[in-house]
Amino acid sequence: MEAVSEKITLDNQLTDWYFTNRDQLMSSSNSVFNSVRPAAMESFRKLGIPDSSFENYKSTNIPKVFLSPLHKYIEQRKILFAVEDLFHCDIPELDTELVLLVNGWFYENRPRLQVLPGGMIIGSMAEAAKEYPDLIKQHYSKYADYEKDGLVALNTAFAQDGTFIYVPKGAGGDRAVQIVNVLLSPEDLFVQHRNLVIVEDNATARVVVCDHSLSARHFLTNSVTEIYLGPNSHLDYVKLQNENDNSNQIATSFVHQERGSDAVFNTITLHGGLIRNNVYTRLNGEGASNQTLGLSLVDETQHIDSYTFVDHAAPNCNSHQNFKYILDDQATAAFTGRILVRQNAQKTIAYQANNNILMTSEARVNTKPQLEIYADDVKCSHGATVGQLDPNAIFYLQSRGISKREARLLLMYAFGHEILNKISVEPLRVRLSDLVDKRLRGELSRCNSCPLHCQETC
Amino acid sequence: MLSIRNLKAAINGREILKGINLEVKEGEVHAIMGPNGSGKSTLASVLAGRDLFTVTGGEVLFEGKNLLDLSPEVRARAGIFLGFQYPVEIPGVSMTNFMRTAINEQRKYRGLPEMNATEFLKLMRDKKALMEIDSALASRSVNEGFSGGEKKKNEIFQMAMLEPRLAILDETDSGLDIDALKTVATGVNRLRRPDNAMIVITHYQRLLDYIVPDFVHVLSGGRIVKSGDKTLAYELEEKGYDWIKEENEE
Ligand SMILES: Nc1ncnc2c1ncn2[C@@H]1O[C@H](COP(=O)(O)OP(=O)(O)OP(=O)(O)O)[C@@H](O)[C@H]1O
Ligand SMILES: [Mg+2]
Repeated sequence: MEAVSEKITLDNQLTDWYFTNRDQLMSSSNSVFNSVRPAAMESFRKLGIPDSSFENYKSTNIPKVFLSPLHKYIEQRKILFAVEDLFHCDIPELDTELVLLVNGWFYENRPRLQVLPGGMIIGSMAEAAKEYPDLIKQHYSKYADYEKDGLVALNTAFAQDGTFIYVPKGAGGDRAVQIVNVLLSPEDLFVQHRNLVIVEDNATARVVVCDHSLSARHFLTNSVTEIYLGPNSHLDYVKLQNENDNSNQIATSFVHQERGSDAVFNTITLHGGLIRNNVYTRLNGEGASNQTLGLSLVDETQHIDSYTFVDHAAPNCNSHQNFKYILDDQATAAFTGRILVRQNAQKTIAYQANNNILMTSEARVNTKPQLEIYADDVKCSHGATVGQLDPNAIFYLQSRGISKREARLLLMYAFGHEILNKISVEPLRVRLSDLVDKRLRGELSRCNSCPLHCQETC
Repeated sequence: MLSIRNLKAAINGREILKGINLEVKEGEVHAIMGPNGSGKSTLASVLAGRDLFTVTGGEVLFEGKNLLDLSPEVRARAGIFLGFQYPVEIPGVSMTNFMRTAINEQRKYRGLPEMNATEFLKLMRDKKALMEIDSALASRSVNEGFSGGEKKKNEIFQMAMLEPRLAILDETDSGLDIDALKTVATGVNRLRRPDNAMIVITHYQRLLDYIVPDFVHVLSGGRIVKSGDKTLAYELEEKGYDWIKEENEE
């Protein structure tokens, strides 16, 4: 009963916050955002923050993370730190373009929009909406359904800025775009950002997203990312979650794939308090293929919950989901993988796996496949395992002189390797593998530098 | 080098080793033969430190130290090597990474600096050549998808890399074809030195034509029931184990 009234209070507070600030939101934003805002708010009023009465949110207490007192702002705050000092270096041998968001706002250490050689455009979502309204209108809020999820509705109602990536027909390839989401604030903060990636026909996008906190505060992020993949385009997307363990994050991504496109969407979770990742994939054109992957290493009281939904809406597509969790201490996790194969989606191949290693008897994982198949000529498989490290393998390693601790680390690392191996950009794979190794060893600095960019500033 | 005195070990409350006595000196090769289920692998595992088994009596001294007090990794670093009857597959851990970690942990224990990449790769190359190991095999995950014979060769390759003081080879010959058996035996013989020793567990006298033992022991029902020189192996090949059992009953 108490939880119900708390949720009502919470929903009302967020609704009030909207109406109090509506005029300012409308006047400071472009019509691209404003045209959807009222409908999104209407939807939020109906849905509210999802609590356990929502089937998809049974394993994670979302209202709880909204209830802790957080500051909320609808305008960009002045940053009192020299952010660029923290980002002076780069991944060696990797040609990256950097987009920096601080607390969800584009950080102006570079032009708000950059047109790169070859025609790729990267930068601020707010700026893109002003500069290219027609292009954005074609995609904005077309994939992220605010009528089903109150968190998407909330994000859409307040959307102002985020990252924008546009790869025109046939472009892209060599350069990776690195998006760094920095949380930096003297006070506990609620952050939302709205991102859009458009990859046109035959184009290639490589995106690396790093989420991390530079202040030891409590943060809550509710982000939405829409990704459009045109015919025969390619996407390689890696998201690294490494915020402090007092910070909570809900990240919802929508991947819309047209004919012949292929995508790898990989989420690596190292630190963070409560983390909920939603990845919705729609295979909308024939012959599209998708890999949605996740590797989470969590301990203490961390909680990770991944929800995936792969919608096979066209024939001859294939999808491959593979999520691996290693849970230590009292960490908890959930995985829900939904696969929908529509009636016309013949010759679908859909695969799903969730494998877990529990290092202690207190760690818990909840795994749930949901298959809905309406076509008859399909190959679908799913499987989940929960286990410990193989004691025979540990002994084998020990018998060669390797300490038990090192043996366990090798095996944990090996377990995650399958996911890391899917990162196609080699220097990035090497760097992320190294981070995972450090995380397993408990050596990953929780200091404030971006792990990909500037380990030396730690 | 190794003295086993009245060693008893049990699993799940069932005694498997019922008082083993064995003395191994530098430079010696001891063969252990015996019926299935008699406790040969159990003895090997207990010596290597597998905690599945509980030692219920006796003692084991290795170079004067109480072996049973040491963890498996410290035993390995002190120079004990177990060639597994059933080598374990470890997906995701490459042979190279495995061997590099093992060698460096052993060197650290002996107060030596870590081997650099060039030295290490050269060592790998040399030992692969010695054991006639396919290069591709070494770049794969530990034993993953290896054939039965390849796994056994890989055990001896690891032995060659680690150069142990005491190698315990548990049925390294089973599953090997005739050529592989010769390769393995040649490899093993090259690793023989006056200051190291070997315990070779086998069911077949044939292996002992290549790796000639100084002593042959018969383990039966958790005890060493007969010891002799290499001619005992021929006798066993010819007559089986029943006559020893009868002899013991008398
Ligand atoms: N993990 C285990 N759990 C229960 N019993 C075991 C275990 N390992 C060995 N044993 C038992 O201990 C006894 C001795 O087994 P061991 O493997 O030492 O025999 P062995 O002499 O090596 O036989 P083989 O020639 O078939 O390899 C057998 O009865 C076996 O069933
Ligand atoms: Mg055996």
